Amino acid sequence: MAEKFDLNEREVWDGNYAASQALRQARVDVVAAYPITPSTPIVENYGAYVANGYVDGEFVMVESEHAAMSGCVGASAAGGRVATATSSQGFALMAEVLYQASGMRLPIVLTVVNRALASPLNVRGDHGDMYLGRDSGWIQIDAFNAQEAYDLTLCAFKIGENHDVRLPVMVHQDGFITSHTAQNVYPLSDEKAYEFIGDIVPVDDMLDFSRPVTYGAQTEEDWHFEHKAKQHKALMDSRTVIDDVFAEFEKLTGRKYNRVEGYDMDDAEVVIVALGTTVETARVAAQELREEGVKAGVVGIRVFRPFPFDQVRDMLENAKSIAVLDRSSPGGAMGAFFNEVSAALYTTPNRPLITNYIYGLGGRDFSVAEAKRIFLEQKANADAGHITTDIQQFSGLRGPHLGYFQTKRS
Amino acid sequence: MQDLKLKAAEKRGIHQLGGDELVGWDEVTQGIILTSFEGDASDIVHKKAEERDYSDFNSYTATVASWRVKKPVFNIDVCIDCQNCWVWCPDTSIISRDKQMLGIDYDHCKGCEVCVEVCPTNPKSLLMFNEQEDLETALSQWPEKKKKEK
Repeated sequence: MAEKFDLNEREVWDGNYAASQALRQARVDVVAAYPITPSTPIVENYGAYVANGYVDGEFVMVESEHAAMSGCVGASAAGGRVATATSSQGFALMAEVLYQASGMRLPIVLTVVNRALASPLNVRGDHGDMYLGRDSGWIQIDAFNAQEAYDLTLCAFKIGENHDVRLPVMVHQDGFITSHTAQNVYPLSDEKAYEFIGDIVPVDDMLDFSRPVTYGAQTEEDWHFEHKAKQHKALMDSRTVIDDVFAEFEKLTGRKYNRVEGYDMDDAEVVIVALGTTVETARVAAQELREEGVKAGVVGIRVFRPFPFDQVRDMLENAKSIAVLDRSSPGGAMGAFFNEVSAALYTTPNRPLITNYIYGLGGRDFSVAEAKRIFLEQKANADAGHITTDIQQFSGLRGPHLGYFQTKRS
Repeated sequence: MQDLKLKAAEKRGIHQLGGDELVGWDEVTQGIILTSFEGDASDIVHKKAEERDYSDFNSYTATVASWRVKKPVFNIDVCIDCQNCWVWCPDTSIISRDKQMLGIDYDHCKGCEVCVEVCPTNPKSLLMFNEQEDLETALSQWPEKKKKEK
């Protein structure tokens, strides 16, 4: 039996510590990890909980992130509750096994502290690693602050382990901005947190010797497509379970989460759509601009996968001009997030104006002033009735203006 | 004469690999997890292959005989039951009971020739023949014991 860990009603935790406490309260059976900045403290703290008897789990030190996720796959297939953490290069090294985990329908929880991908080597936060996981078949939930990193990690176990879902879940937070910023966090008691998540009920577990099973079978063109289709459907169908878990969490804590979060959206004409801490910065900017008479609103994507195509559309269809902010190097295309939001809005009657900002790469600060400037550019678009800038622009970049493509609508 | 379905349970090698009925995406197993046996398998380790109730997902019920171009033929009159072939066969296709070599599981043997290579008898108790060669003809062509060279 684990030692009691004393918690105050209000704690001052950074995002990493908040996530590690959630893993402890979930009574994770196995953490296989290869620590990497800025997510190191999540597994470091979990290792300390194990060593000091605060959780009855196994901490497996491995030789790489590829091995870390492989260890998680094995432990999860064996029937345990399993989690780990990573960032950036570690995430990239895990990539192959991420697809294995989702294909085998293993409900592993991966806490990702978002960090830029080399080269140039960079330890600061952007969303390059989060985007790298977007086709991996995982549920991807995004926390904008430390409290959310804690709350959503608890929710992640309950979502992924639900027998109607059985999929791995990533909980993202921004490197340093969330992971290393101490904030007020209101934790649940250990009992309440565990009661909320519940025991893991294994499916097809390899330690059930009365029913031996094969994991990782090979399928070629005759079967592969059907299996991937079934997996995609599970991911799409997880939307209702995510909603149910969020509703149950609200009953327990009063903290309400939605797959798409809208702020000041009732009458918003100009909107910033973003991920991560940028949502909170944009909210401050929107409130300040509202005092000046600009009907500004913010949409944050809480659940990046499965992508809330319909909810994004419902939230944004009455806006006039929308800026979609991509914090990932677009690699020769429009931002991926911009493309997804645009595709959703293309199917609405109004089809609002929509532009793409590449910003904050490698942890470049995103300020309230920058958010305001972006809002005002949307205001100019809305007033003119067409996009007045390049459709894609780099924002917060030194040197000459960098942007691409102009609208054909006028 | 060797029984070519030696020690085969009813379901051994009943279908071609990948030749099953193709069902739709809604009927495939979750996560491509495949069960090995029908029913409770708690005691399975104490049962011999031919006594086990293998599931249709187990490779036991599939045949890969068509992969083979040459086959090993076993000559029981020469064999000394040393079990070398049983140890080395990569496909568990040597059938042995109570440390007595009985023959070959032709549903799963892929003709790799490892058993022939490791057979220590003189002449060898396992030799490769064309897939189409019948057993009687193969045995009638068995070589004599080689004399020691001085």
